[in-house]
Amino acid sequence: MGLPDSSQDLSTEMEVDAFRRIFPLRFFERHLSESLRPDARPLGKARDTIVNPGLVSTADGSALAKIGSTTMLAAIRMEVMTPSTDSPDEGCIALEFHMPPICSPTVRPGRPADAAPVISKRLTDTILSSGMIDLKELCLVSGKAAWMGYLDIYCLNADGALFDAALLSAVAAFSNLEIPVVALNDNGRIVAISGGKDEDNASIIEKKAVNKEKRKLTLKNIPFSLTCILHKNYILADPTTEEESIMDTLVTVVLDASDQLVSLYKSGGTVLAYSSAVKSCVELARKRAKELKQILGEMDID
Amino acid sequence: MEIDRVDGRTPNQLRPLACSRNILHRPHGSASWSQGDTKVLAAVYGPKAGTKKNENAEKACFEVIWKPKTGQIGKVEKECEMILKRTIQSICVLTVNPNTTTSVIIQVVHDDGSLLPCAINAACAALVDAGIPMKHLAVAICCCLADNGYVVLDPNKLEEKKMSAFAYLVFPNTTLSVLPEGSSVAEGEPVEHGIITSVTHGVMSVDDYFLCVENGHAATASLSAFFRKNFQQSQRDSSKAG
Repeated sequence: MGLPDSSQDLSTEMEVDAFRRIFPLRFFERHLSESLRPDARPLGKARDTIVNPGLVSTADGSALAKIGSTTMLAAIRMEVMTPSTDSPDEGCIALEFHMPPICSPTVRPGRPADAAPVISKRLTDTILSSGMIDLKELCLVSGKAAWMGYLDIYCLNADGALFDAALLSAVAAFSNLEIPVVALNDNGRIVAISGGKDEDNASIIEKKAVNKEKRKLTLKNIPFSLTCILHKNYILADPTTEEESIMDTLVTVVLDASDQLVSLYKSGGTVLAYSSAVKSCVELARKRAKELKQILGEMDID
Repeated sequence: MEIDRVDGRTPNQLRPLACSRNILHRPHGSASWSQGDTKVLAAVYGPKAGTKKNENAEKACFEVIWKPKTGQIGKVEKECEMILKRTIQSICVLTVNPNTTTSVIIQVVHDDGSLLPCAINAACAALVDAGIPMKHLAVAICCCLADNGYVVLDPNKLEEKKMSAFAYLVFPNTTLSVLPEGSSVAEGEPVEHGIITSVTHGVMSVDDYFLCVENGHAATASLSAFFRKNFQQSQRDSSKAG
């Protein structure tokens, strides 16, 4: 593509950083024509991903996920509640995604970020529709008591691909989750057993323990997501905030372990997605799902 | 094996469409769009001077306010607002009126399935009524996947609940061209096959998704024809009156 003469003259005299700020699109397109991005990643490669489970000791399950610089902290707290009458055997999950002012200079206290409720709803839809969690496992006493899981995800650093990192941290927190031990006491109410003291042990034998030991949830069909940017003929996987602000067409593909499409989310954008582009995005998402599966597997072993 | 739908439609048949424009006199543009029993009212105010805080001042800015029929505004409404805003931004020409804000207000009158596509169609009709410059229209359709793998278009609320998965798809409208080759082609596919917006719920295989997209293409042809006829009709009526 031909650059107009004015920027050609300026660019020979300008510093790289200044050129990046003043002509961001040209800066990126120069890199894209060499099939690279400014951070030297090839177009289809995601950033380095780290998952650390069990960081929050006061929560029943927690995980920190980092994709490049984007950092998400997820924590789950379980509480006993009465299930609704139309599903007496099922517990429920309440998910909330927070973007505190620490994560980005555009988020100020008192003005919640536009993206937060949208990502919150998308995460809830994705997790519930993928069937990762069997809500019947959260049942304690049918019709009387069931677990309610409050999952809070805090964005600590927003550097692009927020949905991917949030989903990864939620999945990791669920696999780290240990459901606390409870017992049914004389009044018919569920009581938590802390364990450890002798006097408590005696009373535990009297009370009917509803579950003997801290158990983990079985997760099937874990969803893995990848966000891609479509720009002219290029498809960039796992964008940073800078890339997202310049090129506005984002496609998020969520696949589960059995290669089914859980969600394909494209919300407007200057570039129209033709089936060839969608197929390439799905291919990239498949590769990414394999990588993420391996990372989660290593986390569990540790 | 064919699907039996409660109202006797074939799987590819849409509900009766109705669109009236210029129904409210205060907004600069307004439209009411109904597909069967789902009815949405859209109003457009703008362009007004100035953009919102973090928005680019070299482009026109859009804001969407979504009012549900009952209840308070929650995450569902915020998500619909965001999807509608980004869809409108991609179809409008943003450089004609820079540093302006155009407000689109959506009022849900009745929700009987396929609400978001209905709202997108209503918003397009209202934008045309207001005279906001656009590249093309956004034609929205809901495709759902029944358990036996059939794709059903434009479901009502009961059908949406029963189906294993559904997708809201938005395409540009089909063009009516004088040239024999038809519409312009990009990447070997006609321009109207490009997806502007896609939101899916439920798990489906990748092939099923592409099947939904294909069925969606077929439906956009009939929706585009309806838009065209409706706008031409009102054009003729207003020119007779004026």
